[in-house]
Amino acid sequence: MERQIKMCSLRPGERAEVVSVEAEARMQRRFLDLGLAEGTEIECVGRSPAGDPSAYLIRGAVIAIRASDAAGVAVRVREGGKWA
Amino acid sequence: MGLTSSSTGAGAALSSLARGEGPLVALAGNPNVGKSTLFNSLTGMRQHTGNWAGKTVVCAGGKCRDGLTALVDLPGTYSLMARSAEEEAARDFICFGEPDTVVVVCDATCLERGMNLVLQTVETGARVVVSVNLMDEAERKGISIDLPLLSERLGLPVVGTAANKKRGRAELLEAIAAGGSSGGMRVRYPDAVEKAAARVEAVLEKRVNGRMDARWLALRLLDPDPSLTASAERFLGFSFFADEKLRTTLAEARLGLLREGLDPARLREAVVSAILAAADGVCAGAVSFKKERGSALDRRLDHLFTGKLTAYPLMLLLLAGILWLTVTGANYPSELLVKGFERLERLLDSALSGAPWWLRGALVDGVFRVVAWVVSVMLPPMAIFFPLFTILEDAGYLPRAAYVLDAPFRRCRACGKQALTMCMGFGCNAAGVVGCRIIDSPRERLLAMLTNSFVPCNGRFPTLIAMITMFCAAGRAASAASALMLTGVMVLGVAATFAATKLLSATVLRGTPSSFTLELPPYRVPQFGRVIVRSVLDRTVFVLGRSVAAAAPAGLIIWLAANVTLGGETVLTHCARFLDPAARLMGLDGVILLAFILGLPANEIVLPIAVMAYTSQGSLFGLGGLAELRSLLAAQGWTWTTAVSVMLFSLMHWPCATTLLTLRRESGSPGMTALAAALPTVFGAAACILFNLAVRLLG
Repeated sequence: MERQIKMCSLRPGERAEVVSVEAEARMQRRFLDLGLAEGTEIECVGRSPAGDPSAYLIRGAVIAIRASDAAGVAVRVREGGKWA
Repeated sequence: MGLTSSSTGAGAALSSLARGEGPLVALAGNPNVGKSTLFNSLTGMRQHTGNWAGKTVVCAGGKCRDGLTALVDLPGTYSLMARSAEEEAARDFICFGEPDTVVVVCDATCLERGMNLVLQTVETGARVVVSVNLMDEAERKGISIDLPLLSERLGLPVVGTAANKKRGRAELLEAIAAGGSSGGMRVRYPDAVEKAAARVEAVLEKRVNGRMDARWLALRLLDPDPSLTASAERFLGFSFFADEKLRTTLAEARLGLLREGLDPARLREAVVSAILAAADGVCAGAVSFKKERGSALDRRLDHLFTGKLTAYPLMLLLLAGILWLTVTGANYPSELLVKGFERLERLLDSALSGAPWWLRGALVDGVFRVVAWVVSVMLPPMAIFFPLFTILEDAGYLPRAAYVLDAPFRRCRACGKQALTMCMGFGCNAAGVVGCRIIDSPRERLLAMLTNSFVPCNGRFPTLIAMITMFCAAGRAASAASALMLTGVMVLGVAATFAATKLLSATVLRGTPSSFTLELPPYRVPQFGRVIVRSVLDRTVFVLGRSVAAAAPAGLIIWLAANVTLGGETVLTHCARFLDPAARLMGLDGVILLAFILGLPANEIVLPIAVMAYTSQGSLFGLGGLAELRSLLAAQGWTWTTAVSVMLFSLMHWPCATTLLTLRRESGSPGMTALAAALPTVFGAAACILFNLAVRLLG
């Protein structure tokens, strides 16, 4: 089973695969710089104390992204636990 | 973060990095891959290094150990499709600075992302050498890299390095001397993109005339970026828009792309996806992981330092701990220095016994005493706080602080990276203002610049410490109590930063918060020895020079003011009396306010000037330590409320001259500079007046 959600809805520990990246031009460019593109595997590794931003493991680097920015990224999560 | 001549001085502008007789080599790479450490290792220089992305905001230049090759350390950048000012600087240097060789430094623990920049750099037609840095860290994490295979696939020389251990240095220098290769692997884009690019390239070929890579420029012009277009036009010396053939070809090519469904956003995605796929292809099989990717220890530490319940208490604890070490550690060297200067003063006195009274007075009571004060009381805390803070920075804590503080900054409609520049402000406000270049949005950058001086810089710590030690904390646990109170003052400074940021973004700098991404680098064991040696040798000597340069003339001025009489009263008395009413309102006195004004060149001379002014009014006062000073100040009518007022005003008043000049340069606006001076002053005056009113009402 798979479900598609926004990247900002990922819970810490969850892994997913990027389906699409929608953002205004500059942010899109930044996401692409970080290697966040269709097919990239990511993992949510933590949340800041206020619940936003969250930290994601993207291509070996941990990047903090605000929920409002991550909302434009659609990801696919395997249902029933972690990405195999 | 350091206050050094390079970070507060003009900085090395790109244009000033003149080409010598030897080759010109640029050091490029993603943020935080150890470029500056590598730069230091290759040149033997001492660029400040730290474990966070965006530390190098100005390009530093130096000569390689061969004495011939000019090396430029570029700010970190993820790609050549720049977004912020420092990334533009890096891109412009690679593309238009005509370096002979570009060394692209990659992080061995995160190689795919570095390959992205390698492939983009190859596309510009530059001669490239790849340095896979942090090899030691990768080995510790169970990552092994097949360097010969990488080199074969990329068609480029690839050298494995561990800059902090000098590993691979000789090989890298050799590869640089060999000049790198321009025959690296080229990314293949989707057919529609290739077709469009080829059309534009054909037109550009003749116009560019071999001065840059026509295919690269064609690809960039398909998805135009105003800053890159401007730089390219300046470099080539003709306007793309005025060139009719080019304009129509570009329009046709873009139309062709649109027909294929590639609007600018889709085009960009297609281009970058192709590069990412190529980067993955290069790394596949060349990089292997013995352990699960992502360090479990790092995640556990993050859980602690950024956890819901632990993040803020730990932040305060770290701050208080550092301050406690500073307060406790500063006492002893301070006492030693005072004794030394007392002896020196007696020697100087006897040497000048034959000189006229005014010469002896001006030199010994004026210049010497203020300088001695600055060195013995102000310098020790500065010399201790800075390396401690640098150790935190080296370990990778600062980006975590920015991560944790992003939410409150966002509520003030600012950027979480302002937390980083604020932290830099603890070291030096001028360096903090320069550091604001890491913030992409111009509005948010101004917010960070204008509010930077609300956190007490290293130069103001000693004043705060002296006030607390003399008037507020006493008894057995004095140094712990002092550290706690000092932490309170810092927290107040941070709170004022938030308040001022919020005020600005509700008035003159209105707008909505922009996007925010911040890399949380791996934790590293700090290089204790190197940090301490370097900051004591480089920084302390620099700060010492600056304070003495500011203190000596200030001492002379005060002495003259105290000894030149006008209408039966000294100039000092006139000045102090003039300032007195305003000062009294704030719980200070005219002399203190005058000291703050004369302390404009450097904050660390404020207290010494005030002491000097008091003693020159007739009271006999040897150099002495804080205990003697306390009785002197008490005799001048100081109470604990005076001390608190001094602390409040020291925390919030106009920034020092260096910071103001830096603000002027960085903002390019005299108005904003004036605002940056007025804002903390108004806050400080208001805080002092309110505090004194409250004390009077309650007590």
